[in-house]
Amino acid sequence: MDSDLSPQDKKDLDKFMKFFALKTVQVIVQARLGEKVCTRSLSSPTGSDWFNLAIKDIPEVTHESKKALAGQLPGIGRSMCVEISLKTSEGDSMELETWCLEMNEKCDKDIKVSYTVYNRLSLLLKSLLAITRVTPAYKLSRKQGHDYVILYRIYFGEVQLTGLGEGFQTVRVGVVGTPVGTITLSCAYRTNLAFMSTRQFERTAPIMGIIIDHFVERPFGNMGHMHPCNYRAPGEDEGACNGVEDSQEVCTTSFSTSPPSQVRMSLLSKPPDFCHPSTLNAADPHQMGVPGKEGGVPQQVPVQPCHGAQAEHRRVSSCPPVSPSLPWPQTSSRIVEVKSGSPCDVLETTFTRKVGAFVNKPGTQVTTASLDLPFAAFAPRAYDLEENDPMVQPPESSATSSPLQGSLHSQGSGESGGPAQDDFVMVDFKPAFSKDDLLPMDLGTFYREFQNPPQLASLTIDVSSQSMAEDLDSLPEKLAVYEKNIDEFDAFVDTLQ
Amino acid sequence: MAPPLYLLVSPYIQPATVGKQITMNCRSEVLEVSVEGRQVDEAMLALLHTILLHRSTGKFHYKKEGTYSIGTVGTQDIDCDFIDFSFVRVSSDELDRVIRKTVGEFKDAMGNGTDGMGQISLEFYQKKKSRWPFSDECIPWEVWSIKVNVVNLANEQERQICREKVGEKLGEKVINIVEVINQHEYLPKMPTQSEVDNVFDTSLKDVQPYLYKITFQITDTLGTSVSTTMRRLIKDTLAL
Repeated sequence: MDSDLSPQDKKDLDKFMKFFALKTVQVIVQARLGEKVCTRSLSSPTGSDWFNLAIKDIPEVTHESKKALAGQLPGIGRSMCVEISLKTSEGDSMELETWCLEMNEKCDKDIKVSYTVYNRLSLLLKSLLAITRVTPAYKLSRKQGHDYVILYRIYFGEVQLTGLGEGFQTVRVGVVGTPVGTITLSCAYRTNLAFMSTRQFERTAPIMGIIIDHFVERPFGNMGHMHPCNYRAPGEDEGACNGVEDSQEVCTTSFSTSPPSQVRMSLLSKPPDFCHPSTLNAADPHQMGVPGKEGGVPQQVPVQPCHGAQAEHRRVSSCPPVSPSLPWPQTSSRIVEVKSGSPCDVLETTFTRKVGAFVNKPGTQVTTASLDLPFAAFAPRAYDLEENDPMVQPPESSATSSPLQGSLHSQGSGESGGPAQDDFVMVDFKPAFSKDDLLPMDLGTFYREFQNPPQLASLTIDVSSQSMAEDLDSLPEKLAVYEKNIDEFDAFVDTLQ
Repeated sequence: MAPPLYLLVSPYIQPATVGKQITMNCRSEVLEVSVEGRQVDEAMLALLHTILLHRSTGKFHYKKEGTYSIGTVGTQDIDCDFIDFSFVRVSSDELDRVIRKTVGEFKDAMGNGTDGMGQISLEFYQKKKSRWPFSDECIPWEVWSIKVNVVNLANEQERQICREKVGEKLGEKVINIVEVINQHEYLPKMPTQSEVDNVFDTSLKDVQPYLYKITFQITDTLGTSVSTTMRRLIKDTLAL
């Protein structure tokens, strides 16, 4: 099989496979970050944009991908999978989808590696970009924040779909034939979003609200080998570099329009370096290079079902090592509305505090906790009953009443005279632009009078009882009249049909 | 048999459709959607941009010895306002403007507030140079026809349901588009520098889609299409 492939082609194909796998993971994870992705088109190639597509490289994701691959490439029987799952603030989690990059034995010996395979892989990545916005997990990931977060896990080996529940659907993104096998990219996604409580984690103190705040410890401590999809990449102006870790491996592809036998490919690259030799030992605490974050015991290529993971405590921070001037305001202040009728309506719609990252809470409501709990401020307090807490029991008006609405309410009701209260002084209300030409009253008087209209006469009890007796007496006469005019009524009914 | 007659109007906008293409390699795909009036723009943009994402490359830069390099295509997420749907398009404001203009004209032709049916066609073609006095021939190699059925809804509840349903439908259409594209059927050969304008639209400064044209036709209430009438008129005039 490989004997038909020239060494250069083999080398190129391996390189394409490696970077295709890395880019696939980047596209999937970035599509689940919860924010819109936007990259610029460049008319001149930079040399680092694989497959001629501007796909940013989040360093942590690249690192995790390489760790999962561990020097291997997706091949026959060795699939690379990216599992996306949802985890609520109470610790319940649910697998949403699994993206699989597989290879089967069907070879296409005649295909040109450096040209056709490359372009088709580029097309496949574009299809992946499109399809990642179409599966149900996309909408869920756009709404993540307070109630739940989206996590990802990369594993290599056999595909595991049992966590997706019954009736999961599969969508095939595309296939690309190569001389060594056919690459298939597909997604299996859960359709049954009924939430199953899988509390296998030690229950922590109940947390009423989760703020994804980069100054505080990660709220979802026991993530095990899952990683949150809420990385905030450094701003564009913070460096032109794409963050490609293999800075030596640039891709300057030039294609030839000459006959196929003269197809030439120039790749500026160092000798193949499929992964950085792992500098981590199993026993070392795992530091992601971000100061101030806890480490834990790393896992080597976890090939385990997600739900079974209990004891792993590796807290992987995806918080970028940026200055405090680049916080995550959007993530924390986004109001997470779990709409009814949407796929996630079966999730518990606990009313949690929706707090922005920079809200200055009044001292009475939230005090700096003397407890050691990270979110002690949100733990239920004995003196602050839920019934009285306006944040938990929403006021009569809509929960998301805007300040404008609030002010409108106050305007409407504040100006009427109403029953005089001791604290208020009766002021003669002189509304602007009121005239008393037609009616001998001004707007204020009109408003006051018609605010308290007298009750309808027919609704008073003694009047109704009198009329009832009269009605009963006149009933036979009325019936006689109706019978006489029965033809008229029939004709009327016919016109209605 | 007479060769097929092609009406060449402007490269992008043709209110009347070209006649039937009788070409061997032209692949034709049809997508159908039912939308509410105010969703027409976004639904068309979503589908057209999804197709164009797959049919656009970076700008070619030809070098010596017959080699060329390709620029980078950026992408961006677009959220629809009237549909529960998001899609990815190529990051090119120029291209977006052209597509929006055409879709706007289609929407205007469909009329406001009335039920109707229409079809918008995105055709990818290659130019084949002919000798004088004949003009260049446009040979389509892929045609996407999007049939649109516009409905009017009575109340807000129906509109809310429609938002979600149309979003799901568009998702299915995107999957259909991706399935077709990944069958890897005919694509024009990569051209030499002198031929590049016969295969690609090189007028944009940041991306390079394959040569395409967008046409649309509206079906009036009588069921006959405007284009059929036009075609009859033209045939009569030319006495073919």
